[in-house]
Amino acid sequence: MGLYRPFAELQNMTTSESQLISRDDRQTVGEQFVEDARMTCRDVNVFYGEKQAVQNVSIDIGRHEVLAMIGPSGCGKSTFLRCLNRMNDTIDICRVTGEITLDGNNIYDKNIDIVSLRALIGMVFQKPNPFPKSIYDNIAYGPTIHGLTDSNSELDAIVESSLVKAGLWDEVKDRLDQPGTGLSGGQQQRLCIARAIAVEPEVILMDEPCSALDPIATAKVEELIAELRRQYTIVIVTHNMQQAARVSQRTAYFHLGDLIEVGYTDKLFTTPRHQLTEDYITGRFG
Amino acid sequence: MHHNYQKQIEKLREKFLTLGSIVEDRVRKACSAFNGDSLEDIEMVIKSDYEIDEMEVEIEEECLKILALYQPVASDLRFIIALIKINSEMERIGDYAVKIAMRVKFISEHSTLLFPMDYTPMAEKVITMLKMSLDALVDKDADLAHRIFILDDEVDAMRNKAYDIIKKQLRKQPEHAGCLLNGYLLARHLERIADRATNIAEEIIYMVHGDIVRGEHN
Repeated sequence: MGLYRPFAELQNMTTSESQLISRDDRQTVGEQFVEDARMTCRDVNVFYGEKQAVQNVSIDIGRHEVLAMIGPSGCGKSTFLRCLNRMNDTIDICRVTGEITLDGNNIYDKNIDIVSLRALIGMVFQKPNPFPKSIYDNIAYGPTIHGLTDSNSELDAIVESSLVKAGLWDEVKDRLDQPGTGLSGGQQQRLCIARAIAVEPEVILMDEPCSALDPIATAKVEELIAELRRQYTIVIVTHNMQQAARVSQRTAYFHLGDLIEVGYTDKLFTTPRHQLTEDYITGRFG
Repeated sequence: MHHNYQKQIEKLREKFLTLGSIVEDRVRKACSAFNGDSLEDIEMVIKSDYEIDEMEVEIEEECLKILALYQPVASDLRFIIALIKINSEMERIGDYAVKIAMRVKFISEHSTLLFPMDYTPMAEKVITMLKMSLDALVDKDADLAHRIFILDDEVDAMRNKAYDIIKKQLRKQPEHAGCLLNGYLLARHLERIADRATNIAEEIIYMVHGDIVRGEHN
């Protein structure tokens, strides 16, 4: 008992604000929805056979925003990312319910052409995966098969502008005929980003795009993400929380298939609202 | 790595609490001579301020190390940021304890005059605020921190009262002007300690809730 107790009893107690939401409450908290949404996801569930990997996820992805998705391994963030361009269709036992739209159109509609959809919603993977072809052909392949051009000069222009946007042009312009696989890891990843850009996407999904890169190559890709945001919408899954904090405007935290919290990145990393988010980002589990 | 990180944070917390209890003790000792207690404690407060200064630097270095090595976020980040600020408030409070001690010494040595007023209630209130702020930090108790603001207003009123009393005394006994001025400055230093305790309370509210409340309670 301190000296102040009797005095304190006379005062009006101020009530504590914003206590953290309990670990047991799995309702999503925070800024799930935005005014200018490019993609909307409502009540998305994903099942692998009998096992449910993602539960009732509802979230918007804003125009020109970088949305970061974080969470411990197995929390469903990559599974959810793959729903956004129907990559999960390639897995036989995988079933997706709920609604996901791009510019108001349901991407799971039976009339949707999946190949065109995946051009509109491009993807960059953890490990750089350039085609075993020349740097030029890596970029030219997509626009050619999607019929985006019918002249060589137009194709040259697309290759150049894609490489410029990916910040790779100056490093490769004198060796476009050499194999893409001969580039360094960081350059290969930027080549893959250029390849995604070449087919004029609206959204770019990135699944751990820097986990195989050194810090300098990582910094280049992060700068590129900030640059690409002007033109595209980007969703990035990352295990690196500092990276999520650096590159994104909003961050979504997943836990055991639930979307626990979505918030503006600066707020989420200083004052998270949910106990599970707090525990994860401060390293108390995960 | 995370285990080590938690250990570092715990070590830092303990070190800071040691600083807090030393500073609280110094303020208590500096004020003890108001009751006519021995001046030995006063000498000790004046001579050992360097200990507080050294601890402040050590704690700041620890905070910077944790920021650089672990990049804490959320409540850990708020704790470190609050602690960096509270740490320097504590060091300043230590300085005020020294100033109080020196003025008490001056008055005792240079005057046959008794203290112009009874500082004990004011000193007790200020020490209470300091203790409350440390308790609020330990217990992460924002409600307790809020209550410090109310006490700060009371200490301000006491300082104003001291001003009036001493102004009257100065008219009556202008030959004791030096001691009376030192007597007013005692009240002023106590009031400044209360201000620092209030700043600490603001940092604790930030630490607990993430809200910056600086100046909002005035």
